[in-house]
Amino acid sequence: MSTAAAHHDEHHAHHPSGITRWLTTTNHKDIGTMYLVFSLIMFFIGGAMAMIIRLELFQPGLQWVNPQFFNSMTTMHALVMIFGAVMPAWTGFANWLVPLMIGAPDMALPRLNNWSFWILPFAFTLLLSTLFMPGGAPAGGWTMYPPLVLQTGNAFPFLIFAVHFMGASSIAGAINIIATVFNMRAPGMTLMKLPLFVWTWIITAFLLIASIPVLAGAVTMLLTDKFFGTSFFSAAGGGDPVMFQHIFWFFGHPEVYILILPAFGIASAIIPTFARKPLFGYSSMVYASASIAFLSFIVWAHHMFTVGMPLAGELFFMYATVLIAVPTGVKVFNWVATMWQSSMTFETPMLFAIAFVVLFTIGGFSGLMLGITPVDFQYHDTYFVVAHFHYVLVTGAVYALIAGTYFWLPKWTGHMYSETLGKWHFWLSTISVNVLFFPQHFLGLAGMPRRIPDYAVQFADWNMVSSIGGFVFGLSQILFVVGIVKCARGGKQATSQVWEGAHGLEWTLSSPPPYHSFSTPPAAATIEGGMR
Amino acid sequence: MAQAHADTAHAHYYVPDSSRWPFLGSLSLFICFIGGAATLNDSPLGSSILGAGFLLLFVTLFAWFGDVIRESEGGRYGQWEDVSFRMGMMWFIFSEVMFFAAFFGALFYARVLSVPWLSGAGAEAATHEFLWPSFLADWPLLKLPTDYGFTQAKDVIPAWGVPAVNTAILLTSGVTVTWAHWGLKVNKRGHLIAGLALTVLLGCIFVYLQAEEYGHAYHELGLTLNSGIYGATFFLLTGFHGFHVTMGTLMLFVILLRCIKGHFKPEHHFAFEGVAWYWHFVDVVWIGLFIFVYMI
Repeated sequence: MSTAAAHHDEHHAHHPSGITRWLTTTNHKDIGTMYLVFSLIMFFIGGAMAMIIRLELFQPGLQWVNPQFFNSMTTMHALVMIFGAVMPAWTGFANWLVPLMIGAPDMALPRLNNWSFWILPFAFTLLLSTLFMPGGAPAGGWTMYPPLVLQTGNAFPFLIFAVHFMGASSIAGAINIIATVFNMRAPGMTLMKLPLFVWTWIITAFLLIASIPVLAGAVTMLLTDKFFGTSFFSAAGGGDPVMFQHIFWFFGHPEVYILILPAFGIASAIIPTFARKPLFGYSSMVYASASIAFLSFIVWAHHMFTVGMPLAGELFFMYATVLIAVPTGVKVFNWVATMWQSSMTFETPMLFAIAFVVLFTIGGFSGLMLGITPVDFQYHDTYFVVAHFHYVLVTGAVYALIAGTYFWLPKWTGHMYSETLGKWHFWLSTISVNVLFFPQHFLGLAGMPRRIPDYAVQFADWNMVSSIGGFVFGLSQILFVVGIVKCARGGKQATSQVWEGAHGLEWTLSSPPPYHSFSTPPAAATIEGGMR
Repeated sequence: MAQAHADTAHAHYYVPDSSRWPFLGSLSLFICFIGGAATLNDSPLGSSILGAGFLLLFVTLFAWFGDVIRESEGGRYGQWEDVSFRMGMMWFIFSEVMFFAAFFGALFYARVLSVPWLSGAGAEAATHEFLWPSFLADWPLLKLPTDYGFTQAKDVIPAWGVPAVNTAILLTSGVTVTWAHWGLKVNKRGHLIAGLALTVLLGCIFVYLQAEEYGHAYHELGLTLNSGIYGATFFLLTGFHGFHVTMGTLMLFVILLRCIKGHFKPEHHFAFEGVAWYWHFVDVVWIGLFIFVYMI
């Protein structure tokens, strides 16, 4: 008790103001905000690249950009969206929410936290600067397959170092989250009481620590192949270009679960809130997430079915891949069962969360189709693949990010966002995103290859439809920014609980929470009361 | 600022105040990367930028670690903070293990799959026939599929020369660092300092012998980075390991200086243990290297 009293006046008002506050902060909320703002900026930079792609594909023939630049756009769009928009956004959510959800005073390693954020603007300066270099930005695809990627001009070492740099940021962030969750939980907050967002993030953190260093190794080998005469990926020296694909996808497949697991956590927070019912099957959700994470390490070669592999390999990777449908199905059924016979309301976060469940499942099904080896021989490297991973990443990961933003925005800013604007954002986005990506299934099945600036005329109609969907989807996202800015600047005062059905420690704090929350751990009763 | 924490240091988790070092750390790495990339692109400015980046990085790390050491010696870190550091170090080392795993993976893939495939193993008879029909799979791979653009090595470094000595050196250094740890725990500072000094010395000898061996490989054996997949895996694996030994030796040296200054207590010495873990990690990686790169 006396220590709590003595503690009361420490910390306050020590932090510097102005730009120095943001450069030097060790506060998890400040760092979380920086992550989220950075990610939003990258979302629009990557989105602008997507607009250029859809503009060029609006009609057959070369209209607007040269093929080299088009290839740079597909490559950079992917790198910016994956490493600049989605991954930092998840780390931003984790920074803001994990300490609040587990009743911790801050992240376990606050200075490391600042470092892992401030790497990102520098890493993306390295990457985006390549757009202005002789030889242009990297254009060999985000997967960086040799020997093609080795033909990159002056941009090449910048690409490699940018990947190293953002990898360091991810690893540092993941280490911090693991240390925070395992060491900073309030007394009484046992592992099986953790909110699912925290659970999915710990599992993500382990995936990051195990897979990002492998990517670092792979790109290091590219670097030495290009500049120091090694022959890892050259058959003439006894190496093998396919070896790169194996090493890359050993990272690449866990990476897709890094992008989507926290989204599962968000859906598992939002759906019970607006269904006003506890989450169906909490522990099965935890075990399903862990199973997905484990399986993600033994399915990588399903990205390479057509590249040449012993038959036993093709079969093993097919079976392992379709096995992932089991734990993923557990999750989808749990969300649906949570909504079954509940008293639902459809505020913007819930709309995005339900759309997430439906549309992510479509992406999951097309993934199953791709996972079947003989079928993949037909679909590989077509627009069907593009449609598949945009359903799981845009209407999956990005939709969960948007849902989570609307859900916690009142907690972060202390104001309610505009529900009207949010609903407009939702309906415009959801209609246009389907106009954008659904026809790409047809294009792919009809044989249109991915990563091309021009196409045969029989693909013209659906490409035009898809582009129109793309432009509307892109423009709709401006409503998102308007909503966020308006909410940050003012609006109806939010209560602590914000949502009638909200449960969990973060909702016991004021909106916005004090600069230093839980510098004394919450009482065990609060934790029990927060659990449902 | 610092005073405010003093009385509550053990009751509450220590959250450090704002710090400029992480930002400067990112900035200095950014400068290093620009310098490194410019150097690789043959820009005349590259090496100066690289040098400036390293200088700033060194200053930043010195100052950042200085803050941590002052906080540690000032009693800011209790049991609770200690656990965070341990977890941090543990998972950092695990990430390093996975980095090495990528290169071991490349080694195994080349040995077991890609090299035999080139000489027609499995279902790859056509590959063999159409690419380099005279190529014969072998390991260590000295005779490459083609001479063009590669330097063929005359021989590789045998396991039972310097590498075996280096194995003994690293294993011994694992013992000496444990001896030093024992000295620290039972408060025999003489044993602690002697053990650490010996470990640093053994680390230096290891790096020196490894450098000599590289010279031998390059100048007498013609085994270089450019000698095909054997040279590539050999130098990248042993090279990254050597780099880690160098960093580990530097870290041990800093710990030695701190011990001489009287830092650490029998029950409070995470920094020592963190570095010792790191040292054992480079030790274990070396065992893997000795077996899979040199011996078999």
